[in-house]
Amino acid sequence: MRAYLPAYDALTPDSLDHALELLDTHPEEYVPFAGGTDLMVLLDWGKLPRKKYLNIWNLSELKGIQEDESFISLGGLTTYTEIQASEVLQKEFPNLCQAARWSGAWAIQNRGTLGGNIANASPAADSSPALLSYGAELEIVSRSGVRRLPYSEFHTGYKEMRLEKNEIIRAILLPRSSVENCHHYYRKVGTRKAQAISKVCLAAFVKWEGNKIKECRIALGSVAPTVIRCPKSEEILTGKTLSRELKEEAKATLGQEISPIDDVRSTKDYRLEIAVNIFDEFLDELGGCKEG
Amino acid sequence: MRWIGKDVPRKEGKDKVTGASRYIDDITFPDMLYGVTVRSETSRGILQRTVFEEGIPWEEFTQVTCKDIPGNNYVALIETDQPYLADGKINHPLEAVLLLAHPDKYLLQEARRKVSLEVDPLPPVYDIEESLNQKEIVWGKDNVFKEYLLEKGDIDQVWEKADHIIEGEYKTGAQEQLYIETNGIVAVANPEEGVTVWGSLQCPYYVHKALMALFDLPADKIRVIQTTTGGGFGGKEEYPSMIAGHAALLAWKSGKPVKLIYDRLEDLAATTKRHPSLTRHKMALSSEGKILGMEIDFVLDGGAYATLSSVVLSRGTIHAAGPYLCENVRVRARVVATNTPPHGAFRGFGAPQSIFALERHLDKAALQLNLSKEELRRRNFIQEGQLTATGQVINEKVSLADLMTKAMEKSDFQKKKEQFHSENKKNKYIKRGIGLSSFFHGAGFTGSGEAYLESMLGMEATKEGKIRILSASTEIGQGTNTIFSQIAAEALGIEYDLIEISVPDTALVPNSGPTVASRTCMIVGKLVESAAIQVKEILRQSGFLASTYSSSEFSKACQSYLDKFSQLRVFSKYKQPTNIKWDDQTYRGDAYGAYAWAVYVAEIKIDLRTYETTVEDFVALQEVGKVIHPTLAAGQIEGGVAQGIGYGLYEKVVWDKGQMINNQMTNYIMPTSADIGKIRVFFEEAPYAHGPAGAKGIGELPLDGVAPAISSAIENAIGLDIPEIPVTPETLHEYWVSRKVNS
Repeated sequence: MRAYLPAYDALTPDSLDHALELLDTHPEEYVPFAGGTDLMVLLDWGKLPRKKYLNIWNLSELKGIQEDESFISLGGLTTYTEIQASEVLQKEFPNLCQAARWSGAWAIQNRGTLGGNIANASPAADSSPALLSYGAELEIVSRSGVRRLPYSEFHTGYKEMRLEKNEIIRAILLPRSSVENCHHYYRKVGTRKAQAISKVCLAAFVKWEGNKIKECRIALGSVAPTVIRCPKSEEILTGKTLSRELKEEAKATLGQEISPIDDVRSTKDYRLEIAVNIFDEFLDELGGCKEG
Repeated sequence: MRWIGKDVPRKEGKDKVTGASRYIDDITFPDMLYGVTVRSETSRGILQRTVFEEGIPWEEFTQVTCKDIPGNNYVALIETDQPYLADGKINHPLEAVLLLAHPDKYLLQEARRKVSLEVDPLPPVYDIEESLNQKEIVWGKDNVFKEYLLEKGDIDQVWEKADHIIEGEYKTGAQEQLYIETNGIVAVANPEEGVTVWGSLQCPYYVHKALMALFDLPADKIRVIQTTTGGGFGGKEEYPSMIAGHAALLAWKSGKPVKLIYDRLEDLAATTKRHPSLTRHKMALSSEGKILGMEIDFVLDGGAYATLSSVVLSRGTIHAAGPYLCENVRVRARVVATNTPPHGAFRGFGAPQSIFALERHLDKAALQLNLSKEELRRRNFIQEGQLTATGQVINEKVSLADLMTKAMEKSDFQKKKEQFHSENKKNKYIKRGIGLSSFFHGAGFTGSGEAYLESMLGMEATKEGKIRILSASTEIGQGTNTIFSQIAAEALGIEYDLIEISVPDTALVPNSGPTVASRTCMIVGKLVESAAIQVKEILRQSGFLASTYSSSEFSKACQSYLDKFSQLRVFSKYKQPTNIKWDDQTYRGDAYGAYAWAVYVAEIKIDLRTYETTVEDFVALQEVGKVIHPTLAAGQIEGGVAQGIGYGLYEKVVWDKGQMINNQMTNYIMPTSADIGKIRVFFEEAPYAHGPAGAKGIGELPLDGVAPAISSAIENAIGLDIPEIPVTPETLHEYWVSRKVNS
């Protein structure tokens, strides 16, 4: 442990309102601390910013998986373990369950939260591409009220996001639709099979209408300063029947939409090719389903 | 046999699983201080000034620099070039410059951040090529720590007779030992009592020797005690001498006990790794596939100081020509200096590097000669009565051909090869392959090493009527305590539970040598056996022990003997078998008392969408003499294969300016159980005359053959001969793309 512990303080608020009040009245002072699976690593290295941390782990207002006709609502503190165990998520949003299964070790899955993963804003986050592939929305709360935002508009740059210092992610909303004629794809290319950080991660969702792609969302991790959607590639596929030419056009476009870099885990060249290759695998799966 | 070859419970197993074992971080003393090391960031330069920033109560801290050293400022090992604390000159990143101690371990971390070192940089050298080309002279007169020339026959006349001449160049990377428990020491030191250290370590007497020189104290004023140790793999062979010195210097100056423990970040970045290597092969073959000559240029990157590099190089050199008969061999071997933290001991000790190069080169030759990889090896396996590269006559029945046959059967090699060949044609992205390696590993110290060590082991009777083994050979997870107890119980003819093992404490146990070089079972185990025979003989002659006896009668005999004579203690000292002859000058003779022999087969899958290689099945077949404990032995091999899979495919040290920058387990990719596939271990047993109950060495062997077998399988799967490891997906991708471009 390299941290100088006396430089840190933590406080456990009584309720969500209490937490929001503290964040609002001391905006530069307090930082929410959920499962702590990212922050504890920085603390161990002596690199955690010296702030007061708000232990929100016990706030019941941020917990639980709820469903109504149009949305599944996941409390910001929903853990990876809870995600994997949810039958409705397994059935309707398998990409998210797969992402949860491949995140960290069991201990991390028990503590790591979806809201925390989003707010940590790592471009290599495992759950984020899955959420993007389902068009998730965020419910963000502050003392002045609740606002909703498509998740695809949340991340604005490396570790930059549309979340004010007095706000907390209350819930993640997944829009429901019929499970018929859907194709889900999630692949994480990690540094190893388990307990790994992704080098490239691709999540995709397609809804068919007859032999045409009615709806299509493609999201990637670890290939840009944030997790990204690939709107141009999506547009090429949407409303079309799959053909060899269309696949090639989509692949070439996807290659243009990403901007990976060299880092300690992998190389730009590798990531560029692998992103396109696993996209190709997804297209092959689609073809296998619907192409003649 | 009653105990040998049986899966008895691990001697210290209960303490480990119940948490009763005390590791170094469990040791505390009243008034104890914590210590940290302030290290250079620069890779090479002249230290001008140490700046202590404001905001820290510096007067509360014990500070130690090279000026506080009571004796010699070098780590006594082979050379005397490595300082405990830099004296003006910086030779590698993370070199220790200043030590701090304080009762508050958190304030201590804060203080470490508030020290900055002003260094005038000098141009550094970062890799083998730069060092060989003498881009800068960073050590001695030519950057070369050590050079060996091993010659057999006349290599120069072989080229014109050869039908084929095949050349190749091979590279291996650094590898971290990754013991679960990081390095740590607790020290008590003062001029009255001398220096005592407790630590997680492999070689108590190495630390003892180093502390004598550092403090300029006699042997009886230095005491080194091994605490329960969570793994070593060579990583706790020489480096603990450094940490022990640092902790003891802080304790000496402060007058208080000091605990100095590295966290994983520091342990990964600052301590030793396996030496990176560069090997060039030139091989002459006849059209029938007989190896006529081998010319090998073998170079290791030693890092900034000599440490154990000359000995690592020696083992690598001797294993460079492999278990093959070749009449003309020249190995030119060098270990060179670079401005990185010194590389050091790691399971295999130079052999995995040179064996990787040779095995890959043989595959290359087989392809060129249109022979199977198996057949080329079969035509060249060394036989009983033939001479190795050092001129050692193999005087045991070598069964490499049999091992090859069995490994082919166990792995279903031919069938798999054909099956994969046809499946690969149909599947665009998933390619499977199967590959092999054949190799040997010498047990014990090289050449005259064991004779020079003169290892000594003690055995005594206790008043409870038990037998206690006194040895400096450490239990580091590999099973020393268990196999020593089995060997003693067998030789004495008594219950396994009647054997105790003394804590390795230099005040209590004689020097049975370091726990390295696959020597503990074969060399020290033999001393256990002969000490046991002495004890039995003494008890018999005293009349307390009948010719046949039960365990309780044996215990009573010990107690009666102690009543009468107050002590029953024997020592047994290593005597080199008279047939072993070695000449250090010419580098010729009997390099090792015995060799373990092996054939390994790897079955792999490559996904050409991600360029990931996965080991799906691994057959590890070896002949290691008598197996003392089947479960422990199989565990040793499985662990070694897993570590070898890491070496071959995953574990890549990312360097920046001589410093490891992926020094976290998140980014230094050790495979998990999900990555290593099925490992199937098989033993053949051919008892060795000079080992206890016929046992040879086993510990290092598995590391040697894994990476080349995997690379061989990769070649089989996709026809790409990758001459370097680790074959990460990025590396495979790079070779794949460049082949496409070239063809």
